[in-house]
Formats: sequence, structure tokens, C-alpha cells
Amino acid sequence: MPADRVSYTLDSTLETVNNAEETAGRMATEAGFDDEEVMKISMAVREAAVNAVLHGNAYDPSKKVTLAFERTTRDLVIVIKDQGKGLDASKIPDPLAPENLMKTSGRGIFLIRSFMDEVEIHPSQTGTELIMIKHVHGNPADSKEAPQ
Amino acid sequence: MTMKSSTRQVDGVTIVDLSGRITLGEGSVVLRETVRDLLSKGQKKILLNLGDVNYIDSSGIGELVSAFTTAKNQGGELKLLNLTKKVHDLLQITKLYTVFDVKEDEAGAVKSFTK
Repeated sequence: MPADRVSYTLDSTLETVNNAEETAGRMATEAGFDDEEVMKISMAVREAAVNAVLHGNAYDPSKKVTLAFERTTRDLVIVIKDQGKGLDASKIPDPLAPENLMKTSGRGIFLIRSFMDEVEIHPSQTGTELIMIKHVHGNPADSKEAPQ
Repeated sequence: MTMKSSTRQVDGVTIVDLSGRITLGEGSVVLRETVRDLLSKGQKKILLNLGDVNYIDSSGIGELVSAFTTAKNQGGELKLLNLTKKVHDLLQITKLYTVFDVKEDEAGAVKSFTK
């Protein structure tokens, strides 16, 4: 089955965050995920978009966010990139640590990791690329390949 | 899509009925301003009814933490009522469920506030 890929270039606005979430929900539904998985995927994408718009591009109108969805036989792969200074994931405090529990921010990446099957963060001086993968379950292609 | 907030008084407790989404932007701002306004008026026993809140993001979680801490620091109490499954699950995975005082029944919740 050929892969389906679609990408969007978006402004660094709050509207982008909402659009990214809605688009993710639609893509996940079309990919056959159930309601709960759709909610998790759209929420992960919302958190990633918040990071890109706020922390990456800092609402800079000259900077863009790119959002791409790729549907393979096994996965829904979502890539979101910003044009910020690059996110150093090693410096993000553990939001579950007792000393951080009552902090009012810092849970976005944690939620993304909780809701997706695989997450990769690739920071560079020209921005951060976040790759989020959700495995497709119950796909007909999977059952064809399953051992008899 | 956005959040609505209305308040009512029951036996000295201010119940804030919230509906919609508590997310970055309008939803979080409405919650913050509502709680701030109540505290400034001396209404320090606050019960947030989240029964009609169908969605909350990390910013909304942060706003709940902020509201809880602000109320506590001003000698008040802030409790949560009627969590939907989504909000309940989110507070569980972020380990905040046991931090907040979460109630399931309004009358019992009202009685639980310090007299």
C-alpha cells in the first residue's frame, strides 16, 4: 500500500494550535483509530503545536510551523517542525518529580510521550523537529502479514 | 468550543460551573480570572464543577494547579467536582489526582469545606 503524506505550513499563532489539533483528529479518525486513540493523538499534536508556536517560534510572525502526516501500513507518523532555537529535551524537568508536581507548566512533552508510541526530538540551531508515531492496530495489512 | 463559567453560592461555598475546554488561550484565561475575582472578593471556599469540561490540555492543567495554589496561599480552599473520564485520566497520569481534593457528589463536597 503506498504511503499517504500531507503537509501544512502554518503561522505561529494560537489558531495554528487549534487547527493542528483538529487536523490530527481528522487524520487519526481516517486512519481507523478509535475515539480514545484519536483523542490521545490530537492532544499530543496540540501539545507539540503549542511547543512549536510558543516555545519554538515565540509567536514570531516571520517564523513558520510545518506539520506533516504520513500514513503507512503500520503507522501514523506526524512530524512538526518549528524555526526556533532548538529544544534541549535533556533540560526539561521531570514533571512527575515531587519538586515539580505543583509547577504550572512543563507537562507538554511528558503528555506527548504518554500518548504516542514513539517520540523523537531532533533539535538544531534552525529549529526543532518532533516526530510522533502511533502504531495502527487492527489494520487489514497487519492481519495479512501475521503468521498463520 | 470555548469555555463558559458561572458561579453560585451554596452554604458559604462558591460553586463554579465550568463547561467546554480549558486550553491555552481563552479557556485558561477564563478560569484564571474567575478564581482571581472570587478570591479578591473574599470568596475563598471554591468548588470547581468540571462535569461539563470535556477537554483540558497541559496549559489547562497548569491553570488548575495555579488556581489551587493561589487559593491555598490566600488561606482558601479549592476543590474539584465531577471529573469527566478524560480529565480524571489526565490528572492520574500527571500524578495530580491525589494532590487535588476531588469530589464526586456536590452536597458532600460542600459539607467537606472547613466551617
